[in-house]
This record gives sequence, C-alpha cells and structure tokens, in this order.
Amino acid sequence: MQAETKTTVDQTSGASGAPVSVLRFSGDISSTSKDSLLGAWQSVHDGPVLLDFTKVDYINSSGIALIIQMLMEADKTGRKVAAFGLTPHFQKVFTMVGIAKYAGLYKDEPTAAASL
Amino acid sequence: MIPTAGTSVEVRLPSRLGFEKVAMGTAASVAQLMGFPPDRIEDLKTAVAEACINAIEHGNRLNEKLSVGVILSATADGLEVKVVDNGTGMEKQPPKPDIDRKIHGEEDPRGMGMFLIQALVDEAEWVHDSKGKGSYVRLVIRLDKDSEFDKESK
Repeated sequence: MQAETKTTVDQTSGASGAPVSVLRFSGDISSTSKDSLLGAWQSVHDGPVLLDFTKVDYINSSGIALIIQMLMEADKTGRKVAAFGLTPHFQKVFTMVGIAKYAGLYKDEPTAAASL
Repeated sequence: MIPTAGTSVEVRLPSRLGFEKVAMGTAASVAQLMGFPPDRIEDLKTAVAEACINAIEHGNRLNEKLSVGVILSATADGLEVKVVDNGTGMEKQPPKPDIDRKIHGEEDPRGMGMFLIQALVDEAEWVHDSKGKGSYVRLVIRLDKDSEFDKESK
C-alpha cells in the first residue's frame, strides 16, 4: 500500500554560485522511508542542502520525524536547509510542526536555491 | 452535491501500515460528496491517516488478526469520523511537541500524530476502554469552518 520512497542526489548552485546538494524525493515519506532519506543525507557532504518534495504524494508523522532527523544533523553541523515543491497543505503542516523554523519553505527550486 | 446528511459509511482495515490510505480515500470521497472545500479535505485526510496509524500501531500493536474500524457519519453541518481499535486507549494526552527540543535531541523526533489531528480538525476526542474492546478517537470537521491554524493565519 505504501509507495516506495526514492531519493536521488543532485547538485545546483546557491545565491553566491557555491554548490548546493539537492535531495529529490519521490513516492511516500513514511516509516518505511528511513533508509532512503537518511542514507541520501549521509551521502551528501559539506554545504547547504535543498529538499525537493515535488514528486512526493504522501507524508505522515513518521515521515515528518525522519525529516526532523535530517534537520537535527544539519543543525549539528551548521548546514542551511531549504525545501520546495510541497503542496499548500504540507506547507501548512510543516509550519504547524515547526519545521519551517529550521528549513525555509519555497514554492520552487530557483527561489529555494537563491535563499542558500 | 449529493444529499448526505444522516448517512454513514464504514470501512474495516487490517492492522497493517499503509492501509490508512484506504481510510483517507474513503473520507475524502465522502467529504467531497458533502461539499467540503479541497483544503479542508486535505486536513481531514491527514487527520484520518494519523488516527488510523495510531490505531494500527498503538491500539492493535500491528496485530493483523485485529482490524481497525473507521465509521464516517455525515450530519447537516459536518462529518464525524470514529476510528476504533482493540487497545485500551490513552489515559492522558502527550505534551505538545516542541520543535526546538526535538532538533536539539531533548525530545523524540516522533510524536506529531495527535498534535496534527487536534490542529487539523474542529473536534478531537479520545475515548478509552480499559477492557480493550472499543477504544476510539472521534473527529469532527464542520462544513462552515476553517481549521484552527487557518483562522490564526488570517
């Protein structure tokens, strides 16, 4: 019943032209997504990170917990994180739970990249 | 819009994660027939999903021999959803999640489900049965209201 989470790692440039890692998620983000999300997070090294939710269909509270775990790692190492591609509903949910305090939420990739 | 007041729809789910999506889809279909706007249907879907996940994981402890009942009852002014499991329910509500404590490792990163349910619907009530025969969460979403969060954002 749960769509597998796929995460690909990409690279773009931030406002200053410095490299920014992009984690592109697709499918569901739920309790079964741990290896996909946290594995991808471990594979990116220094610098800011963009989270692309454009192709995500479903996020539940277990998935939100995994996103918080990524933000915990980012906070420990002082890395900036921004997210884009969330539906208006999930932008609201991410704001409600406080994720927006630790990751800027943007409409699209260029705006999100420009914030880093 | 189809007249729906007084009608009810019931779904039984196996206690297996992922099947909450069946309840989400059913709740969304009923809410659409009742004329709820799309943003409230999204609120309802998330609240129903979280209630079902709690019932599957904590109420029925992932025991696939037990099912989770989802009863959707349409009234003139809203939709009531009861999610019933075989657990003993909760004696008290968990504290409101604190993102700063979570980020700094002082609080479990999980534990957002009940908070989301309460924030997204107009009424949420947890009824526990110490005999484990019918604990349930009852959610109500009203036709003429924004969510509490949307009201505060305006």
